Amino acid sequence: MASHGIRDKVAIIGMGCTNFGEHWDKSTDDMLIESSDAALKNAGISLDDVDAFWLGTMGSGLSGLTLSRPLRIQHKPVTHVENYCATGSEAFRNACYAVASGAYDVVMAIGVEKLKDSGYSGLVVSAPADDGTKATVTAPASFSLLAPAYANKYGVDEAELKDVLTRIAWKNHRNGALNPRAQFKKEVPMETIACSPLVAGPLGIFDCSGVSDGSAAAIIVRAEDAHKYTDKPLYVKALSFVAGPATGPIDPAYDYTTFDEVVHSADDAYSQAGITDPRAELAMAEVHDCFTPTELVLMEDLGFAERGTAWKEVLSGTYDLDGELPVNPDGGLKSFGHPIGASGLRMLFECWTQLRGEAGARQIKSIAGGKTKALTHNLGGAPGACVSFVSVVGTELD
Amino acid sequence: MGYCPHMAGIVAYGSYIPYWRLQRGVITKSLGAGGGKGERAVASFDEDTTSMAVEAGRVALRNVTANWVPNSLWFATTDPAYLDKTNANTIHAALSLPVSTTAVDTIGSVRSGVAAMMGAGNGNAIAILSDIRTGLPGGADESSGGDAAAAFCFGNEGVIAEIIGGAGATAEFTDRWRQPGEPASKQWEERFGEHAYAPLVDNAFSDALKGANLAPGDINHAIFSGLHARAVKAAVKACGVAGESVVDDLSATIGNAGTAQWGVLLADVLDRAEPGQIIAVVLLADGVNVWLLRTTDAIMKYRARQAAELTVRGQITAGRNDLTYTQFLTWRGFLHREPPRRPEPDRPAGPPSLRSQAWKYGLYGSRDESGFVYLPPARVSMKSGSIDQMEMVRMADIQATIATYTVDRLAYSMSPPVVAAVIDFDGGGRFQCELTDVDPAAVNIGDRVEMTFRRLYTVDGIHNYFWKARPVKAA
Repeated sequence: MASHGIRDKVAIIGMGCTNFGEHWDKSTDDMLIESSDAALKNAGISLDDVDAFWLGTMGSGLSGLTLSRPLRIQHKPVTHVENYCATGSEAFRNACYAVASGAYDVVMAIGVEKLKDSGYSGLVVSAPADDGTKATVTAPASFSLLAPAYANKYGVDEAELKDVLTRIAWKNHRNGALNPRAQFKKEVPMETIACSPLVAGPLGIFDCSGVSDGSAAAIIVRAEDAHKYTDKPLYVKALSFVAGPATGPIDPAYDYTTFDEVVHSADDAYSQAGITDPRAELAMAEVHDCFTPTELVLMEDLGFAERGTAWKEVLSGTYDLDGELPVNPDGGLKSFGHPIGASGLRMLFECWTQLRGEAGARQIKSIAGGKTKALTHNLGGAPGACVSFVSVVGTELD
Repeated sequence: MGYCPHMAGIVAYGSYIPYWRLQRGVITKSLGAGGGKGERAVASFDEDTTSMAVEAGRVALRNVTANWVPNSLWFATTDPAYLDKTNANTIHAALSLPVSTTAVDTIGSVRSGVAAMMGAGNGNAIAILSDIRTGLPGGADESSGGDAAAAFCFGNEGVIAEIIGGAGATAEFTDRWRQPGEPASKQWEERFGEHAYAPLVDNAFSDALKGANLAPGDINHAIFSGLHARAVKAAVKACGVAGESVVDDLSATIGNAGTAQWGVLLADVLDRAEPGQIIAVVLLADGVNVWLLRTTDAIMKYRARQAAELTVRGQITAGRNDLTYTQFLTWRGFLHREPPRRPEPDRPAGPPSLRSQAWKYGLYGSRDESGFVYLPPARVSMKSGSIDQMEMVRMADIQATIATYTVDRLAYSMSPPVVAAVIDFDGGGRFQCELTDVDPAAVNIGDRVEMTFRRLYTVDGIHNYFWKARPVKAA
């Protein structure tokens, strides 16, 4: 399979990101206007300068009109993208390819999701009509399947695993406490996390990402044009997206301790970016911590820990804000909630902020240490049947 | 019953007693009235008369010979899941019977079971009796009722109990009645029913004995069944059968399962009867029907094949009797509780359900050239990529092992929490499904499970039937 990538062919020159939270007073339109306007101002351009748009949303609207109507975009291509929880990242990926192909000079990738208008707790998805035989388990239940499987495979006892999961949530909330855009801007004591009411399996309410509204946007141009707009562009090093064959739930060989799709997309992304030792080379990573066991398993799938050891690395603080490889320095889905279409671009916004040294109180030290690359990761679906996205961005041309 | 001289005999049978029991004392404790001694069997929140009929039918079909194919399936209940739509078709699909088998309902009254037996007793056919019985909280029907099902396969080869006689008596009188849709039935003054039934019992019982050239003393097992407890008691006395031959009505352990009561009692007798014994069934239900059977030598061989856990007594023993009264009331619709703050599931759509009926009802998977089993059936092979190189395989009767599991406290359910597991079938095939009849705290990786047909939920009046897994009953 050929996957050549577009390393250093395109660059991000501006980004915008709304606060994430329960925006009872803001509509999908309001959030789209806010994030797009912020991104345009950040890049120092106007809407008229943008040639084409990629809009990521899973359930907050259909078609390009969802964006062109509120922004009054004048007869330009607006592509609506959906790819489960990787929707925002997928909008970004396709926007980058359009610039790399030479079809457009300036494009916008924008993601949005309005979850808090449904009136239900948790994520609500409308599925096509079916025969009623699909498993009715919720997202936390699907991902909670990872916990006993991981513990069983690596001989971690239940209480110890609970400590590991608790520490992941604690770390992300601690980071989120430093982020004015987060849904939850405060630290949560470990006891509170550990003793929170159970939702599914060993997962308590604090092991789950929140439900919020939000939007984020990026402006992308050809790499050689980047410095016309900013002194500190982010070059796109790698974009990888894979959809798995969805055989985990039907294949006894799948053991619920890994996401094969993540392994494949990470390998592809590292090869595109020329990364051989991600843990050493990356300054930071924004990963899809929809539930705490997801982040645990991702540390191994993304090559940040040897198989069966991520739980120890979590406990020793390897992925803390001041650790060897900060993971989710912005607070992650844990602190931001997960407005589906927006999350991937929100992760990218943190890379934009950190790599440019603009993260203030939560500025990571690895940048000063000379590391210039950051990774974002999304996955959508459930263990054994998901889509996965990995990007690498960096401040230097190779 | 409605005896025809050319009736075939019973070649296989099965019973189904649901897992849950309500101790009658719990009712007394909660209401300060009603209840009584012993316990009653309770269909779970995900069961109805159709799903229980499937379970009883599966037990019976385990023991038919390979060349036994039913021409018809007869389903009887007082509590049908649907009107207008034939419930027997769901059972037919779940039992994976041939398309040429006619499936029909005989529903509404306890006497409907007589029609099922008359219809099925004429050749290769299966009759399934199933009932869920309750009444208004605190009433006699609530505590004395029971939920259960029984299935009988008829044929001419390998008969374990031949039909040697029977008779019926019919009269119009108002003893018990219920308007369609009402949750409980009403009854006239008890002594009146006793009066109305008495002559009918005399007529039918003596006609049956005369026809078979038998005396009351010849009967080894006498089953007396009916919802009118007082009239049934009087009938036992009037028939003059020896006391030790009168079959225990299992009211202390199951309760009166209405349409299915005599079926379950007959299954219980067949579980232990010796060859050459005479069995009488006397049913008091808007008239009286009597049925006489004689066991054959084949019953011993049959019994050797029957798993002890699947006998009536085996299933009684396996029950769990700590069901709370509030849970019971919730399941039967007498306690309307706050739903979870989650959207209701969508109704199962007609066209996809028709296209996938082998999967949805028959629990068929597909197996590719490499032996990999796909659940649901797939068309494209995972490894080779070949299309439609598959054979269909029925998974319903294959056991499985839990690979991983979770307890979902957020999912929409009538009886939270949902216990979901990933299970690996013996011989291949992985499936993620709900566990039922299980203690969430007792589930472990490596536990053995088997499949059971259930009603997942009902939306827009459409019942969503599908399969769940439960801890293994019989190895």
